[in-house]
Amino acid sequence: MTADARRDLLFEIGVEEVPSRFLGGLLDDLARQAAVLLEESHLPSGEMAVYGTPRRLTLYVKDLAGRQPDRVTKSRGPAAKIAFSADGQPTKAAQGFARGQGVGVEELQVQPVDGVDYVFAVKQVGGRPASELLPELLPRLVQSLNLPKAMRWGSLSLKFIRPIRWLVALYGDQVVPFQLEGIVSGRTSLGHRTLHPGEVTIATAGDYFETMRRASVIVDQAERRQLIAAGAEQLAGGVGGGARVKLDDELLDEVNNMVEWPTPFLGHFAEEYLAVPGEVLETTMKVHQRYFPVVAADGRLLPYFIGVRNGSTQHLATVVAGNEKVLRARLADARFFWDEDRKTALADKVEALSYIVFHEKLGTLLDKAERLEKLVGEISARTPGEGGQAGLAIRAAHLAKADQTTHMVYEFPELQGVMGREYALVAGEAPETATALYEQYLPRYYGDALPESFAGTVLSLADRLDSLVGFFGIGIQPTGSADPYGQRRQALGIIAILAQARVRIPLGLRELLSLAYRGYGGRLERGEEETIGAILEFIRGRLENTLREAGFTYDTVQAVLAAGYNRPADVFERCRQLTAFRGTPEFAEVYAAYGRVANIAQKAASHRYNPALFVHEAEGELHTALERVAAAAHRLRAHGDYQAAWRELATLRAPIDRLFESVMIMEKEESVKENRLALTKYLTNLFTAEADWGMLTVAGE
Amino acid sequence: MEFQELLMRLQSYWHSQGCLIAQPYDVEKGAGTMNPASYFRALGPEPWRVAYVEPSRRPADARYGENPNRVYQHHQFQVIIKPSPDDIIDVYLASLAELGIKAEEHDIRFVEDNWEAPTLGAWGMGWEVWLDGMEITQFTYFQQVGGFECSPVSVEITYGTERIAMALQGVDSVYDLRFGGGVTYGHVFHRAEVEHSIYSFEEADVDMLLNLFSIYEREATRALDRGLVLPAYDWVLKCSHMFNILEARGAISVTERTGFITRVRTLARKCAKAYIDQREEAGHPLLAVNWRGGTDR
Repeated sequence: MTADARRDLLFEIGVEEVPSRFLGGLLDDLARQAAVLLEESHLPSGEMAVYGTPRRLTLYVKDLAGRQPDRVTKSRGPAAKIAFSADGQPTKAAQGFARGQGVGVEELQVQPVDGVDYVFAVKQVGGRPASELLPELLPRLVQSLNLPKAMRWGSLSLKFIRPIRWLVALYGDQVVPFQLEGIVSGRTSLGHRTLHPGEVTIATAGDYFETMRRASVIVDQAERRQLIAAGAEQLAGGVGGGARVKLDDELLDEVNNMVEWPTPFLGHFAEEYLAVPGEVLETTMKVHQRYFPVVAADGRLLPYFIGVRNGSTQHLATVVAGNEKVLRARLADARFFWDEDRKTALADKVEALSYIVFHEKLGTLLDKAERLEKLVGEISARTPGEGGQAGLAIRAAHLAKADQTTHMVYEFPELQGVMGREYALVAGEAPETATALYEQYLPRYYGDALPESFAGTVLSLADRLDSLVGFFGIGIQPTGSADPYGQRRQALGIIAILAQARVRIPLGLRELLSLAYRGYGGRLERGEEETIGAILEFIRGRLENTLREAGFTYDTVQAVLAAGYNRPADVFERCRQLTAFRGTPEFAEVYAAYGRVANIAQKAASHRYNPALFVHEAEGELHTALERVAAAAHRLRAHGDYQAAWRELATLRAPIDRLFESVMIMEKEESVKENRLALTKYLTNLFTAEADWGMLTVAGE
Repeated sequence: MEFQELLMRLQSYWHSQGCLIAQPYDVEKGAGTMNPASYFRALGPEPWRVAYVEPSRRPADARYGENPNRVYQHHQFQVIIKPSPDDIIDVYLASLAELGIKAEEHDIRFVEDNWEAPTLGAWGMGWEVWLDGMEITQFTYFQQVGGFECSPVSVEITYGTERIAMALQGVDSVYDLRFGGGVTYGHVFHRAEVEHSIYSFEEADVDMLLNLFSIYEREATRALDRGLVLPAYDWVLKCSHMFNILEARGAISVTERTGFITRVRTLARKCAKAYIDQREEAGHPLLAVNWRGGTDR
C-alpha cells in the first residue's frame, strides 16, 4: 500500500452515558461538522456515516484519500514596469516579491491583467498527507460539536455532553495521534459495561464493527432499533389473542439510545390495576419506566409490558422480577392518586384553584376559569346553530382547570385534560362537558388533532385567546427563539381552530381578541388597541408560516395577507382559490387590468367618481361594464366563489385598455382628472378584496 | 444483608478508596449535599474525598408510616470526591458488587438526571442509576455550588440506602427491612414516621415556624457579618428545615414559595462566598495534603 492509497477513517469518542434524548441530534451534528471539516481539508473521500450508543459517538469515513491533490497557486506581484528595469533586469521589487513567495526571480511570469502586465509567482503546491491533516482535524471536530447541554469534569476545562473517557482514531491501521487536554487518542476502546468490561483493541478501522460486536456492543443504532422492534413484537405476539406491542417511535428511539446490546423482555402486572384509566397506566409505563404497553387486538390495554434490558438473556428472570416490582409500586401510587382524587367531585375542586397562580400579574387559575366561563358564553352566544350546547360549554369552562388540583396531574402533568375528562365522567358530568375538558388542550402541537365537539372547540379557543391576550397585555411576548410561555403554539392553535375545526366560529380575530381583552376588566397594563395590534401582528407571522408550510407560494401568501387576515378560514380559502386561478387564462387578464389601474390610483384622493363628469365615451363604456361586474362580483364573493368573481373582473380588461388608449388620465382639466383618478381607485378597490395582485410575481415579467 | 451492614460495607468500601469517613451533621437537613462536608468542600481548588451516612428529613414525603416506599426521614449514603476521578463509574459499580449486586446479573442503567438544589444555588449534571428499573443512586458532577463555578469538579454519589436494602432483602416495605439482628426498620423508625407525619401535616404551628424562619434568617446574617461562616450556615440549614415543614403543612402558596427559596439561596450564596474567601486567606491548606497517607509529596 502506498502512502497515497485511500483508507477508511474511524473516529470513536468514548463517553460516559450520553442522555438518550440528545444522542440522535449529536450524531447528526457530528455528520454535519465532519462534512464541513473534510471539505475544508481537501481530502476526497467515499461515503461517510455516523453511529452511536450511550457510550460512543462514532464517525466512519470510507476511502479517505491519503493526500490532498497537488494544486497550482498563482500570486500576483508588482506591475511588470516596476518589476523590471528598462533593460529588462529584475528590480528590488521583483526580487523581494520572489523571495516572499519562495520562488526564484527568474521563475516569475508576466501576464496581463486588464491590459496591464503584472508579474506572477506560479507554484506547484504538493498536497499534504492525511496523516498530517487528521491529527489537527479530529480534535477540532470534537470541539466544533454543538452541545445542547455542556458539562465539565475532573480538572479539565474541556466541555462535552458527558465526560470523554477515551478516543479511538484510526486511519486504516494507523493511529491518528492527538490529544485533548490529556485524553490521548489510540486504538483502545471499551466493550459493554457488564457483558465485556475492559479494553478492546481495534486493529484496523475496517475491523471496528465486528470487533465491537465481539465485545457485546452493536454500534449501529439502526440495527439495534430493528432488534428491539422485532423482539418486542414477537414477545407481544406470544401473549396470544392477537395481542400486540404499542411501539411509539419516540420511545423506541429513547430506549434504543440507552442500550448497547438490547434484550427485550416481557413483564406482567396485576389485572386489578386495569381499573385505573388506560392513559394513566400507559404514562406510568412510558414516562417513568420506558416500557412499551401491550394491547389486545381491539386496542384494550393488557396487564403486560415490554422492557428492554441493556444486556444478554443471562439472569434475565432477575431483571424481569425487579422491573415488575418497580412497576407494581408505581401502579400502586397511580391507583392511590386515582382513589384519592375521586373522593371529592371535580366541581368541588374548582375552589382550590385560587391557590394556584396562573401568573403573578394575571391572577390565579380560579380567575382564569371565571374569565373562561364568560368568554365561552360570549363566543357561544355569537355562534348559532349548535342548539343547547352553550350551557355545556360554559360548564366545561367552569371545570376546565379543576384537574390541576389533583394528585394525578401533579404527578403526571402531561395528563392534564385527560384526568379532567375522567374525573368529570366519574362525577356524573355530561359526556359533552367531559369531552370538552380533554379537547381544550387540542391541538397540542402543530398538525395535532383539533377539537371535534362544540364545547371543546369554543373552550380550546377561549383558553388560548385568554392566555395570549393576558401575556401580551402585560408585555410578555416571544423574542427571537425564546418563547417560555408557548405563545407561538397558542397562536398556531387559534389559527388552526378558526381555519380548520369542524365547528365554525363566525367571529373574526379582532372581535375575539377584544372579547378576551375585556374579560381582564382593566387588569392589563397595555391598552386594548396596543395589545390587540401586537397580537395581530404576531398572528400574521404565524399565519404566514402556516400557509407557506401548507405549500402556498410566497407571493400568493403575501398577496392574500395584504388584503387582510381577520378570518383565518377565509385566508386559507383565498390562497387555495388564488393558487387555482393562477393557472387559468383569465388570470393574465385580471393581472394586466389591475396593473394598469393600480399605480395611477395611488394619486387618487377619493374612490367616488361622477359619471356626469365623463367627457369620453370610453369612460361611459367602462362605467357600464363596471356596474354590472361589481354587482356580479359582490354576489359571488358573498358565496365565497372568488374565482367566479375574478372571472367577472377579467372582463374589465378590454374597457380598461380602451380607456387608457383613448384618454389621458392626468388631464389638464382638474375636475376631469380627479374624476378619472377616482375611477381607477374604485377599480383598484374592486380588485383587491381578496388579494393584492400587485404583489404577485408573474413569469416573463 | 442487614440494613446496618449495608451502611458499614459502604463506609468500609469508600474508606478503602481513600475517603474520609465523616459523620452525619447534627442539624436537620433535606439532603446529604447540605452537610458542610459537601456543600463547602465542593467549593474552591482544594481536593476532597469524603463519605458519610446522612439522615435526611423531607416532611412533604411523610406518609404516616403507611406507604411502603416514602418516608419522612431516609438515609442517604453520600460520597464526594474532588476532582472527579476518571474511572469513577467503575469504582461505583465495584461498590455495588461489594454489596452483593453483581452488575452482570442485573440491568444497570445510567439515566439522565440533572440535579438541582435551588435553595443552595447548586446544580450539576449526571444520572440516576437504575437497578432493574429502580432508582438506587443519584450520580452528579457538580457544575455550580452557591452560585459559584466548581473547578475542579466534584463528583457526588448519593445512594438511597433503604431502596438498595429492600432490593437486597427482597422485601416490599421499608418497615420490613431487617435493621440488625431481629430488629426491623419499623421497630426503629415507624413511630417517628407516624408522629412526624402528624406534626408536619397537621400540628406544626405555622406562625411560630414563620417567626423562627425570620429569626434564623436574621441570625445567619448577623453571624455572617461577623465573619462566622459555619455558625451562619447552621442557621441557613434551620431556615431550610422551617421552610420544608411550612411547605408540607400547606402554609406556603406557589407565589410565596419562590420568595422563600430566594431568601434561603441568598444566604447560602453569601456563606459560600465567605467560605471561598476564608480558604483563600488560609492558603488552601488541603492542596498540600497527601490523601493516601504516607509522606508528603
